Amino acid sequence: MYVIVVGAGKVGYHLAKQLMAEGHEVTLIERDAAHAARLKAEFGEAIVVGDGCEARVMQDVGMGRADCVVAVTGHDEDNLVVCQIAKRHFLVPRQVARVNNPKNESVFHLLGIAETVSGTSIIYSLIDQEVETGEALFLGAIKGGDIVIVAAELTAESPAAGQAVKNVHLPGECVLAAIIREDHIVLPSGTTTLHAGDTVIGVATPQDQAALRTALLGPVHSPARGGRGSASVKRQA
Amino acid sequence: MRVVILGCGRVGSTLAAMLTRAGHHVCIIDRDQSSFDKAIQRLGSDFTSETVLGIGIDEDTLRQAGIEEADAFIGVTSGDNTNIVAAQIARHRFHVPKVLARVYDPIRAEAYRETGIDTVCTTVITTGIFQDLLLDRPLRDCQAYMTALREGSEGFGRAT
Repeated sequence: MYVIVVGAGKVGYHLAKQLMAEGHEVTLIERDAAHAARLKAEFGEAIVVGDGCEARVMQDVGMGRADCVVAVTGHDEDNLVVCQIAKRHFLVPRQVARVNNPKNESVFHLLGIAETVSGTSIIYSLIDQEVETGEALFLGAIKGGDIVIVAAELTAESPAAGQAVKNVHLPGECVLAAIIREDHIVLPSGTTTLHAGDTVIGVATPQDQAALRTALLGPVHSPARGGRGSASVKRQA
Repeated sequence: MRVVILGCGRVGSTLAAMLTRAGHHVCIIDRDQSSFDKAIQRLGSDFTSETVLGIGIDEDTLRQAGIEEADAFIGVTSGDNTNIVAAQIARHRFHVPKVLARVYDPIRAEAYRETGIDTVCTTVITTGIFQDLLLDRPLRDCQAYMTALREGSEGFGRAT
């Protein structure tokens, strides 16, 4: 895969390194010549000095044959314009944008860029979700937050413990993706029996996330957690 | 007419003063209070526009400036991408009937003009005027300068 990363800050730097380590072809575009020069030893030909919004720069790095463009500068308007031009004019099949100000996420979606990553939103939802679902840990969101991935650790009291997967009353928009049992990863089928101590990885829509949690761990017990109580109050306010 | 102007530099503030004098209602946004102070120093009592301090691609700032009732939006900050993004928000989120943006980069100006944002590329207009003056040619209209550039440029295109 050929990936063009615009912006060699911390996110762009580590992302480019990781993609290269996995054998992908990568070009990293950085506007600040001095910063790019410091990364030259590490990236060699893969780092290019220039404004990722400029036609000449885009053409020179072969935007037309890129499989994916990732815009991770510190400026949301720049990230948006890079993705829009890559999409419209270079027909790059995939555009991923970093959103620095979470308020701008809806603007990206409105203006045609569906895949956005907001560090602030992820950390916020991590805190929010952990408080809300108790023992079900929020692992991540994809598709702009339309799909969430959660982990639930079963205890002896969990209703799903001792049940075959097919007998667990899962909500509609949800699948169990994996079971972590001791150090092993078990692929769940309908006849797999869940045990106390299993960590179940589920993929669900945000709407069905609470139902998934209840199916696996049972209803949330009232004031067991101080955090949860205060979070509910805040939500109603 | 209700007009929201983003960017209180020389162009933004002068335009605001002219429109206000002509009886239009203008609100001007800038992220820097000193831009407003400078505009007042330059234009004196001519500069009577309503001002909003904030970021132009922030929907709340735009709302505060009255974008929901605006007949026109004009993006004239020094940042091309800020003008382009704010103009698109004005068009697609707030359905402002007339949306204009200054874009210095001729290729980006052309690319976004194709998407329905009226972009004005002062780079091609200014260089065209200088060229004509230098060569003692009669000045052309702005449209002619922009067209001349379009014909000479490859713009953004998928590499083959």
